[in-house]
Formats: sequence, structure tokens, C-alpha cells
Amino acid sequence: MNFDSMSILTIWTAIAIYAGAFIAYALDLGKRSQVASDAKFGTADVLERELVGAGVGGSSSVVRGAGSAGSDAATTEAAPRFVMARIGTALATLGFLFHLAGEVLRGIAAGRVPWSNMYEFAMTGTLLIIAVYLAVNIWFDLKFLGTFILGLVVVLLGGAATGFYVQVVPLSDPLKSVWLVIHVFVASLGTAFFALAFALSVFQLLQARREAKILAKAEKTGPRFLGTLPGSERLEGLAYRFATIGFIFWTFTLIAGAIWANDAWGRYWGFDTKETWTFIIWVLYAGYIHARATRGWRGSRSAWLSIVGFSAVLFNFTIVNMFFKGLHVYSGLS
Amino acid sequence: MSNSRSETAAPKKKDDRSTDPLRPSDHVDGSGPDIESPRLGVVGWLRWGWRQLTSMRTALVLLLILAIAAIPGSIFPQRMADPNGVTQWKADHPDLFPILDSMQLFDVYLSAWFSAIYLLLFLSLVGCVIPRIKHHAKALRSLPPRTPVRLQRLDDHRESTRTVTGSDPRAAAEQAVAIAQKQLRALRYRVERYDDARGFSVSAERGYARETGNLIFHLALLGVLVSVGVGGSFAYTGQRVVVEGTTFVNTLLDYSSMNRGRFVSDDALAPYRMTLDSFDVTYQPYDPGKASSGQAGDFSANVTASAPGEEAHKAAVVVNHPLGIAGDRVYLLGNGYAPTITVRNAKGDVVFHDSVPFLPQNNATMTSLGVVKVPDGLPKQLGMVGFFYPTAAALSTGAFTSAYPDLINPLLTLNVYAGDLGIDDGTPRSVYVLDPTRMTQLTGGKTGVKSLELAPGETAQLPDGMGSVTFDNEAPQSAKDYRESVKRYVSLQIHHDPSEQWVLVFAGLAVLGLVLALFVPRRRMWVKASVVDGAVRLEYAGLARGEDPTLAAAVDDLLAGHARLLDADGGTAAVPEPEPSVAEPVPGNSPEAAPTSEDEPDDSGRFDTLGDR
Ligand code: HEM
Repeated sequence: MNFDSMSILTIWTAIAIYAGAFIAYALDLGKRSQVASDAKFGTADVLERELVGAGVGGSSSVVRGAGSAGSDAATTEAAPRFVMARIGTALATLGFLFHLAGEVLRGIAAGRVPWSNMYEFAMTGTLLIIAVYLAVNIWFDLKFLGTFILGLVVVLLGGAATGFYVQVVPLSDPLKSVWLVIHVFVASLGTAFFALAFALSVFQLLQARREAKILAKAEKTGPRFLGTLPGSERLEGLAYRFATIGFIFWTFTLIAGAIWANDAWGRYWGFDTKETWTFIIWVLYAGYIHARATRGWRGSRSAWLSIVGFSAVLFNFTIVNMFFKGLHVYSGLS
Repeated sequence: MSNSRSETAAPKKKDDRSTDPLRPSDHVDGSGPDIESPRLGVVGWLRWGWRQLTSMRTALVLLLILAIAAIPGSIFPQRMADPNGVTQWKADHPDLFPILDSMQLFDVYLSAWFSAIYLLLFLSLVGCVIPRIKHHAKALRSLPPRTPVRLQRLDDHRESTRTVTGSDPRAAAEQAVAIAQKQLRALRYRVERYDDARGFSVSAERGYARETGNLIFHLALLGVLVSVGVGGSFAYTGQRVVVEGTTFVNTLLDYSSMNRGRFVSDDALAPYRMTLDSFDVTYQPYDPGKASSGQAGDFSANVTASAPGEEAHKAAVVVNHPLGIAGDRVYLLGNGYAPTITVRNAKGDVVFHDSVPFLPQNNATMTSLGVVKVPDGLPKQLGMVGFFYPTAAALSTGAFTSAYPDLINPLLTLNVYAGDLGIDDGTPRSVYVLDPTRMTQLTGGKTGVKSLELAPGETAQLPDGMGSVTFDNEAPQSAKDYRESVKRYVSLQIHHDPSEQWVLVFAGLAVLGLVLALFVPRRRMWVKASVVDGAVRLEYAGLARGEDPTLAAAVDDLLAGHARLLDADGGTAAVPEPEPSVAEPVPGNSPEAAPTSEDEPDDSGRFDTLGDR
């Protein structure tokens, strides 16, 4: 058994564990709905509070060390501990270790960094998404994103392992460069942050809808687990933070790519299809950052831009890599 | 996040605004929409138009339009990136092509409409940034604003009370503020004291680098655009095919194609010379079971270069490692085989002898196509279209293919045409294309005569006794195989662009500015001390300008640090209460105006509560 087949095995193991984590997280959301409906929701006061982001019951776990009014309310009730979410995170961590092992084994098998074709890009990109998700959870409790993130990773990694797998082949000459190490890695890192921002923006939209319904005193206010999540403004703030970090990495990716293109192709910019899409994504996120600072665009409208931005990232990775003609013919697929 | 709320909560005098970053009026932090409708008259309308152009909304919308406008260029082939693709598209869609071409969809990034979008965007940027620079320059020189009267109205507000150990509570209060002033200065705040009859206070502000960074970022983008625009006029790019053993001289005449900027004069090229001594390439071993079989790599064009006034020296042009010479960069773009072909007439005199570059039709197998034109020396002009197979293998149909890209079993097949090459009237013709319209095909195809098939060293007779063709073997006499039997050629690109460095510098500045603008917190802090019932009441408050997730933690840290310093100073002592931070109602204020931090309902929406570590 060679390193590459060992890598394949660990990757599939990781996918299976991730799928388990996904299920645990999904059960967690179900559990949250329960908690949210068990909590006393009648009084306007509670509604107000949770509107402002200190969710009933959720706040002690969502907002650690929150010194605000909401957490007082939460500590007087028994704070639910979201066991399923913890199981989900434990499984995600375990899956990550297998994933990392698969990545390293592929690197050993190839004798180079394992990110030089689509199969490997997907492997590395999803690894970083999980890494960033787990790391961020050390600071903020964002386990409510687990279903979303793990679902995304299972689909992307599973899809890549089935659809994009290619044998290890030597690097083509243009890829023999330190910039392969830097440019692709930073791009994947930026993608990971954009993915988190994207997930937060989706929840932000859901939460904003729910808040509007609560204010309108509507009967039905949508999925109940939202009641245990931070308010839309806080979700927006977090999404913005991750998007800005991603944006800085992306800016660097753009520049590093131009430097590399100047060495490999004889010009630093030529509107090659992949360059074009990297540029489009950059401009979209610049638009998102502006929108957050523009009256009338903050809130749900800017969230849509974050979603469009990440859709463009995925489009760039899949459709552009596979079907658009250009100099970046590194999918490894024929 | 809740700046707008803080804004209203913080009572502001006009001069307070002078240190606030200036924002377009529709910025969330801005002064609000201009309700004033344009006065009739040209000036009024112009001013209104300018304000629209330099608004956040316009910048945002232009950014989004720019993103959308860039898309078609990735769908349709572009002349600048893929001219052959455009030709192909035209052939495939002859009806649609003229329509799309008139919309400049094959030159998107040079098109009038694309240019209009980014020029408007940058005009907006200039209009937006200039007043902000002026304003920021002033802010950098002005003092932190006066302490608001009601600090407790701010979101991030803390209070504590300390007993006085000495006899003079006012002196103790003043000392506490003096200590806070030192503390804030050590935290790199700009500080200013505002004392009055009611108490002492220090006002502090930091994070001017945030706005500086933002301005650097936007200006750097402008710098990139200008560098690219101006740089293009001084740049040139040329292509040239060089066969092993031949020499290339950097003069306009010696290029097969050349693009040059407006300000590149005819004599701008430094006349250096480069001889291609050899071309190296390695191929992965033949193994049909492996994806890597036959993959080529490690290309290296080994040259002898001599710049004017310099010793000739050996150098290599390698992918990713262009060769720098006389301010130019030389790139290796492609490579191929250049079979050496000799044509003799019926008498045996040489009428053609050259190594002819063949274009690879398939990079994996290096099956290549080339054209030989013999205009003189034979009864009729002669043209030959040839296929070259480095490792020839016969298909079941009898046609040939190449099984491997290296020279294992090289074979050259030639279809011979006689007649008029169409080159005498001066029409430029590609050397890679034969126009057969006024020629008769003599071998291959439907002629019924077999194409000429030659291995290196072999000679074949031309039809009709016109003469002979030889495929010369270039390998040394001692060679045992065909590996060196055919010369290789490289296609080089020579590029000169003095603006590259500038683009890089501005791009670097943009990143630097971006990091500052996004991560330096801009905030104000106030510490106020007053004497209440013989004790010192301390108030702390912070206000963020822009996104500042760590403000609350910063106020907490300030309070804790200050308490430690006061303890060390000894002029006051902490009240031995379990919760010293719970504020007492402020005398003279109604309870509504002074909510205690406990039931402060306004602690909303900020994610600074998440900003703990
Ligand atoms: C080439 C087009 C532009 C790009 C790519 C761009 C990009 C950005 C980015 C990435 C930021 C966030 C970083 C920071 O806060 O400094 C930003 C902020 C900002 N930009 Fe631009 N910008 C462009 C044009 C403009 C224009 C035309 C205006 C004026 C209308 C403008 C006004 C601002 C302002 C006021 C901010 C600060 C927003 C805040 O308070 O958070 N920008 N821009």
C-alpha cells in the first residue's frame, strides 16, 4: 500500500466522520428548537432581549463572558449545554485529524505541497475551512454554524474525492515555484474565512427575518432554533469580521498571483479567465465592505453581497476551473 | 456597529467633529442625507452631481457594476489573451460575431464601456478622497474632543467610587485623573485635560492610523491604475522563435511579432545577442498505466548571451525564471522540433536547406505540423506540408500517430504541392500556413500517390523527377539512437515594462493601508473624576469610530489598570464593596437620564461583548 492509497483511505475516513459531525450538529439545531420553545417566550421583555442579541438560554453558551443584561436572565435559568453540538465539534476535530493525515500523506506521496490540482485544492481548501472553523470556536462559540460548515465540507470533499481524483503526477513546469506554496495556500485560507462569513451571513438573513416577524408580532417566526442564536446585528458583525480577514488574504492572493504570472507567463496581469474571476471576487467583497458602511445597505442587503461573493468563489473553483478556457489549466482533469 | 446610536448618545459640539474621519454624507457614520435640493443653475446642478458621484452609494454601485462588467471577458475569448480563440469563435459563429464584436465583447477590458466604469469609479474615488485627506490632516493636528457631560449615556461606560485617604478629596480626584492621563498616554492615546468646577477629566483619542490606512489604500489603488496606464506606453513585448545553434539579435527586424507602447521609439531596444546552444527537456518514462507517462518538464533553454559592452556569458531561460538582460526579461514560452530539410533540384544542386520549426499539434505526443516553401531553383514553386512524429506508430487505419514525445522513432511525412506559393506579390503570408489555391497537390491526400515518408538521414525523390528531399540527421556520427537527430527550437518572449516595480510598490502599499484601516481601532476614551459625598467618583467611557469589536474589553482593561495604579498611589482606596463597578445614581440627574449599568437596555447589537479573549 503506497502513500497515496493510504491518503485516499484516511480522506474517506475523514469524510465519514465529518458526516457524523454533520448529523450531530443537525440534531443540535433540532434540540435548540426545543430549548427555544421551552423557554418562556410570552413576555415582550424576553422578546426584546433576545432581539438585541442576548438570546434566552443561548447567551451563556453563545456569548462567553457577556456582561450584558441578557446573560443575567440566562444564568438564573438552567443554561442548556447543547451536548450534541459538543459531540459534533469533537467529531469534527477527529475528522480534521484524519483529513490532515490524508493531506500530509498525499504530500509525501507527491513529494511536494499537496495543492496542485483540483482534487488537492479541494482537499486543502476544505481542510482549512475546518481548521478555521475549529480555531475560531476557541474564541467565539459558533457551533451553530456546524451543520452548515460540515455540510459544505462533506459535499465538497466527497465530491472532490469521487469526481476530481487524479493520480500523483510530477508538477508541470509553471507550477514549480515557491509561489505555488504561497499563492494557493493563502487563497485557500481566504476561501475558508469567506466560507465562515458566508455561513454567518445566511444565518444573519434568517435571523433578520425572524426579528422582523417578532417586531410585527407575527404568529410564526420561522425556525425556532434561531432563538438560541445571536441577534442579526451581532451575526452581521461577525460575518463582517471574517470577511475582512478573508479579503486581506484575497488581496494578497491577487498580488502573489500577479507576481507569479509575471515570472511564469511573462506578464503580471492578462485577464486570463482565472485572473478575471479572482478580480471579480475581490471587487465583490470590496463592494460588501463598502455596503456595510453605506446607509441603506447595511444589514440584509450587505449580507446578500457576502453570499454572492462566496458563490463567486465556489463558481471560480468549480465551473471556471473545469469549463473555462485559460492558462490556469491545473485541474488535472482531462 | 452601533455608531449611529452612539453618535446620538454622545452629545456633540461642533468642534468635536473635527477629529472624526470625514465620510461621504450617506456613510452610516455620516451627517445624513442632504435634504437641500439643488439650486437651479449650472453650478447648483454641478455641485449636486459631484456630490452624487462621490457618495458611498455611487462607489458601491460602480464596484458592483465593475464586477458584473468583467464577467463577459471570461466567457468570450479576448483578443488580448487568446487571439486564436477569437478567430475560432468567429469561424464557429459567423452571424453572431459581428454583432458581439461591435459591442466590444472580444476586447472587454479595453472597451469603451468597461473603461467608462472604472474611470468613473476612480473619479469618484478622487473626489471622495481629496476632502478626506484635507480633513484628516487637520484632525491629526487637533486635540481630542471635550469630555461629554453625560458619559453614562455612552454604551461602554463604567463607574467606580473610591474613598479618599487624605484630607483633600478634590486633590485626590485631580490626582486620579492625572494618573489616568499618564496611563492613557502610555497606551499611545493622544490626551487632553478638560477640568472644570464640577470635576476633572481627561479626553483621549487613538487610532488615527485607521483613517491614514484607509486613505493610503484608496490612493494606492489610484497609484496602481496610473502605473498600469502610463507603464503600458513604455512597455514592449516581442516574440521570437530560435532554433538550436542560431542567434537572435534584439532589434525590431529580428522579431516575428512585436507589441510596443506609444513611447517606445525604434531605437529603444538594446541590441544584445543570444545564441541558443541547446534546449533541455525531460520526459516521464513511457507507461500507459500512468497519468504521468510522457509528461514533459524541466525545460531549459541554454543560451550564450552578450549584451553590448559585456562579455558573452552562458545563461539559461527556464520557466518561472526569466532571464534578465539589458533591462528586458526573456521568457521561455514554448518549444518544438525543427527538422532539418534539404531540397535538391534534378541536377543535385541544393535549392533549400533549413531547420524548419514545426508547430506541436498535441503537447502530450508532440505530433507537429510544419510547412516548407521552396520559391526558387525548381521548375515550379514547391510547397510541402509535413507532419513530424517523434515516435511514430501506425494506426490500424494506416495513418501515423506519435506515441511518445521524445525522439525514439522519428518520422517525417510530406505532402508535396507545386504551383504558385502566392508570395511574390508581397502579400504577407504566415510561414506556418500553405495556401494551396493556386497549387496542385502531387502526393498524399486524394492524389493516389503516397506521401513522402522519411526517417532522419533518408532521402526521397520528388514526383515528376523534380529533384529530391532529404531529412537530415543532425546527430553526431557516433550516435547510436535518434535522440539527437532532430533540432529543437524555443519560442521566446522578450518583455520590457518599467512600470512593474511601481505597480508592485503601490500594491504593497494597498495591503499595508488595508491592514491598518481594518484592524487599527479608532476610539476615544474618557476618564472623569468628581467628588461625591466626600468620595471620588470615577467614570470611564469609550466610543468607537467605525468597527471596533474590542472596545468594551478596552474600557474594562482601562478601569482595571487605573485601579491598580491608584492602589499603588495610595491617595484613594477601593471601596470595600462586593461590586464596586455598580454605579450609584448621579445626583442631580433624573433616574432615566442615568440608568445604572445593570438595567441599561441599550447594550444591544454590538458584538464587542463577543470580543473577549
Ligand atoms: C476602486 C474602487 C474602490 C475600492 C476597491 C475600495 C475598497 C475599499 C475597501 C476594501 C475598504 C475597506 C477598508 C477600509 O476601511 O479602508 C474601503 C473603505 C472605504 N471606502 Fe472605498 N474603495 C473604492 C472606492 C471608494 C470610493 C469611490 C469612495 C468614496 C465614495 C470610497 C470610500 C470609502 C470609505 C469612506 C471607506 C471607509 C468605510 C468605513 O467606514 O468602514 N471608496 N474601500
